Order: sequence, then C-alpha cells, then structure tokens
Amino acid sequence: MAADTHARQIAGLDALELAPARRAGLLTRAWAGTWPVALAVALVLAAWQLVVLAGWWPEYVFAGPVTTLTELGHRLGEAEFYQALTVTMRRAVVGFALAIAVGLVVGALVSRIRPLRRAVGSLITGLQTMPSIAWFPLAILLFGLSESAILFVVVLGAAPSVANGLITGVDYTPPILLRAGHMLGFRRLTLYRHVILPASLPSFLAGLKQGWAFAWRSLMAGELLVIIANRPSLGEQLHFARELADSPGLLATMIVILVIGILVDRLFGLADNALRRRWGLHQVTA
Amino acid sequence: MTAPLTEQAGGRTDGQQPAVRLQAVSKTYGQGKASLLALDNVALDVAPGEFVCLLGASGCGKSTLLSLVAGLDAPSAGRIDVDRRRIALMFQEPALFPWLTVSANVEMALRAKGLGKRERRDRAAEYLEIVHLGGFGRKRPHELSGGMRQRVSLARALAQDADVLLMDEPFGALDAMTRDLLHDELERIWRERDLAVLFVTHNVREAVRLGDRVVLLSSRPGRVVEDFPVTLPRPRRTDSAEVAEQAGEITQRLRQEVMRHGAAPNRVPREAAPDAR
Ligand SMILES: Nc1ncnc2c1ncn2[C@@H]1O[C@H](COP(=O)(O)OP(=O)(O)OP(=O)(O)O)[C@@H](O)[C@H]1O
Ligand SMILES: [Mg+2]
Repeated sequence: MAADTHARQIAGLDALELAPARRAGLLTRAWAGTWPVALAVALVLAAWQLVVLAGWWPEYVFAGPVTTLTELGHRLGEAEFYQALTVTMRRAVVGFALAIAVGLVVGALVSRIRPLRRAVGSLITGLQTMPSIAWFPLAILLFGLSESAILFVVVLGAAPSVANGLITGVDYTPPILLRAGHMLGFRRLTLYRHVILPASLPSFLAGLKQGWAFAWRSLMAGELLVIIANRPSLGEQLHFARELADSPGLLATMIVILVIGILVDRLFGLADNALRRRWGLHQVTA
Repeated sequence: MTAPLTEQAGGRTDGQQPAVRLQAVSKTYGQGKASLLALDNVALDVAPGEFVCLLGASGCGKSTLLSLVAGLDAPSAGRIDVDRRRIALMFQEPALFPWLTVSANVEMALRAKGLGKRERRDRAAEYLEIVHLGGFGRKRPHELSGGMRQRVSLARALAQDADVLLMDEPFGALDAMTRDLLHDELERIWRERDLAVLFVTHNVREAVRLGDRVVLLSSRPGRVVEDFPVTLPRPRRTDSAEVAEQAGEITQRLRQEVMRHGAAPNRVPREAAPDAR
C-alpha cells in the first residue's frame, strides 16, 4: 500500500471521528447569561418592596427600592463616591495581590516539603475558618488605625484560601500525568514546573475565587472598624450612613458593595470557564 | 547493564547484552492478607532491535511488568537491567497533558533534552506527520477522538528517541483499518531505528503480526508460560492465513491457561503470597 493512500485513508477516518465544532453564537450566550440575573434582581426588588409595604419599619429606617435606587443614582453622579470607590478598590487590589503572593509561596513550600506539610498544613485550614474580624483588635494594636492594619487582615483572610487551592491542586495531580512526566525525563523541580503546577491550575483558580471572597469581606470589616481621616471609603460611607440614620444612603452603599463582589466573582467564573473549555472539562460538568 | 549472562533467560541474545533483562522478577501489591502477587519469578530478555509481544489475559500483570521495566515502580524481588535514560513508555491510556496543545504535548518529550523552541516545534511536527496527524498540532487533546489521542501519545513516545520502546496496548482503541496502518508504520520505525520493543496486547493476531517473539503470561500470579518465536517473513498481514494459523496455535495455549482458572473465582486476592525468592 502506498504511503499516500495510507495518509488519505487515515485522514478520511479522522474526519469521520471528529465531531463538527458547535458553539452557540455570542448573542445567544449573552442572553442565556443575562436573563437569570435580571430575573433574580426583579425578584429581590419585589420582595424588598413587599417588606417595605408590610410596614414593619417606618420608611426612614428601612427605605424602599425606589428611594434607595434614586439615592444610588444621585451618588453615582458625585465625585466623592468615586474617591471612596478608588480608595476601597486600591486596598482590595493591593491586599489581594499580596495575599496571592503569600499564598503562592506558602502553598508551594508546603506542598513540596513534607515535614512543613505536617507542621502547618492543618494550621492553614484553621486560619481559613478564623473570622477575619477577630484579627482586627490585634491588627490595630500592632499597626494602629492605618492602611497597614487593613492590609494585614485582608492578607490573612485571603492567603490561606489561595495556599490551600494550590496545595489541593498539587495533591490531586492525576498520577498518570506524573508518571508520564517522569517517563519524559522530568524530575523534582522540572516535574513541578512542567507538570504539577499546570495540573493544579483549576484548583488554584478555585482557591483564588474563594480567596477573593474572603479578601472582600475582610476589607469591608476593616473599613468599618479602621476609619482613617480624609480617606473616604465604601466601608466608611456605610459607617457614617448608620451614624446619620441615612437609610437610603446605607442601602445604596450596600448595593455597591454587593455588586462589586458579584462582578469580581463573575470574572473568576469567566476565567474558570475559559480554562474548562481549554482543558475539555466543560463536557463533564455541562 | 552489568548482569552476567545466564542461560536460564530466554530470547535471542546473540552474545550481545540484552536491551532489557528481567531476572526472577516478582511484584507483590499490598501487604499481609490483602496482598496480591501480580508477577512471580518472571525472566525475560529483549535483545537490541528485537520486537517482543507480551500476551496474557486481563489483569495478569502486563502493565505491572512494563512499569517495573520503566522504573516507575520497584520490583519486590529479582532484578531488572535496562538503560533507564534510553527508554520510552506508551501508557495504556493516552496520558496527554490537557493544558497543552497536541504539538506541545509532543514537544514535552524534547524539552527534557534541552532542545530550542524552534527545533522542538519542527521535530514535533515531523512526529505528528508520522502518525498522520500533521494538521492537528494546534488542537487540544480533548478535541480529538480516543484513537487519535493514542496516536499523539505514540508520537510523543517516538519523539523521545529511545532505544527501548515499551507499549501498553497502544492500539486497543483504534478501529481495524487505522490499526493496520499503524502496524505498518510502527514496523517501519522499528526497523529504521533498530528499536527494542516490548509490546503488550490482548490481541493474538496483532502479536503475531508484529512480534519476533510472542511471550505468553499466565494469570494470578503472572508467570512466563511459553515463548513462541514467530519466524514468518515480514512484512506480514494481520489477515493472512499464516498469521491466522500461528495465532490459532497461541490462542489454544492461552485458552488452556485461562481455563486453569475456570474453577476458582478469578478476582479473589491470594492469601499470603507464596515466597518466590
Ligand atoms: N497499584 C496497585 N495496587 C494493587 N494492586 C494492583 C495495582 N496495580 C495493579 N494491581 C493488580 O495487579 C494485577 C495486575 O495488574 P495489571 O494492571 O498489571 O494487569 P494487566 O495485565 O495490565 O491487565 P489489562 O490487560 O487489563 O490492562 C491486577 O490484579 C491488579 O488488580
Ligand atoms: Mg494493563
């Protein structure tokens, strides 16, 4: 049999084996992602309005959706809001970035070094369950009412999740891939770099997502407690809204905090989806 | 490879050092009552440039034997002589890295050798061409069919440019036509490179089609039952009468071996493994 016939036969068989690529259009996908969100928002607003209508609290204590959203719209037009947003987001980004760095280093060391693993493995999980607000008295004692106090707690809140994500990923690297890497000549550090680390990416991403949630919570707790003069922030707005009994303002700020949390979470969701599609994992979960 | 030659081991050694030599190799999994003697006192030689097919019922220890030779696992007893730097193993499953493209998967075999990026890519393309997947380098493993993945895995094993190639049921997932074509391809590469191949299969005809020798393993524990030389002239065809005839002979022997287990339930772990040392 001529080599050429070979090639053509095999090419024919391969074409038969491959399923044609099918993926919904952009619009369809955007719509599929949007309508459940819209529905959820509508449901929440309706429930909120019902509670207000029930009249358990006077309107000036618990503002309705219309008042609150008007107040929110009003705030979105003011420079002050953006100053607060900038301060808060800068803290979030710096704190989270530090947490990732710390989590990576700790996770890498703990997953590599066995005695260290035994020593601090469960400590990391323990730290994760510790409510971040419980750190603040110590943080304030150590750093005073300062940025450092807030960052300290944000990092402590998020780093254990990041580290744990990495450690879990390393632990659950499929043995067959380790064996394949070994056969290809990778050992110790090169095996770690070329096989183990990439294999733990999905788990690491899950750790990042959880870490973000912890970082955001710790940050809000911190901003409520550690108020620095002339440094407006979302948490601080929350604090003063309560002091001034400004119910619409308070609820409007809460909405902003919630929306930011959800948006960032969605970003991680997108990254996770992209990863799953690249790895071919989406077929399993779909 | 320092072992003195002993006449007890079978195989065509021609006074050369064998490429692979197993002497009285045993492997026990687990301990105490739950232990399982997977391989018992196996002796096997593969000469350089020799194609040896390993045949046996499912669960008889074929994959175990390959892992031991590859150095992924240590034998419980006995010794194995092989140059571990010059050995490639194609696993029973494709074992591709899902985060890499097909081409990058093949390139992984060249990375440990310290080749530059450009050269890696070109060499990977060549090997993909050999398994007729030239146009698929940029795909991801999950986008290919099972058989195609297995071919990528073959390309990756070949790219290691080893002297000894261990293959664990490499073509089990392929349709008959592709399998025939890859048999030809493998035979060509084996000839060109003077490889020593240890090829595991369930398929007796495949074994006769490819092997210089067909080594039959028994089950529970795995032992070498018989060593059939195959002297049919190459190239052979899987559907030829000569191959069918010799395959029939070996199948007969395999059947006897399986029937030995007929009375006893097959999957019961052995109580305390008999001492094989
Ligand atoms: N890691 C392990 N731990 C315990 N038992 C094992 C392990 N690996 C294999 N075994 C047992 O050893 C025996 C031989 O397994 P092996 O995978 O080598 O069989 P095989 O001949 O390759 O089978 P198949 O043809 O189905 O691939 C089996 O009974 C299996 O259950
Ligand atoms: Mg097997």
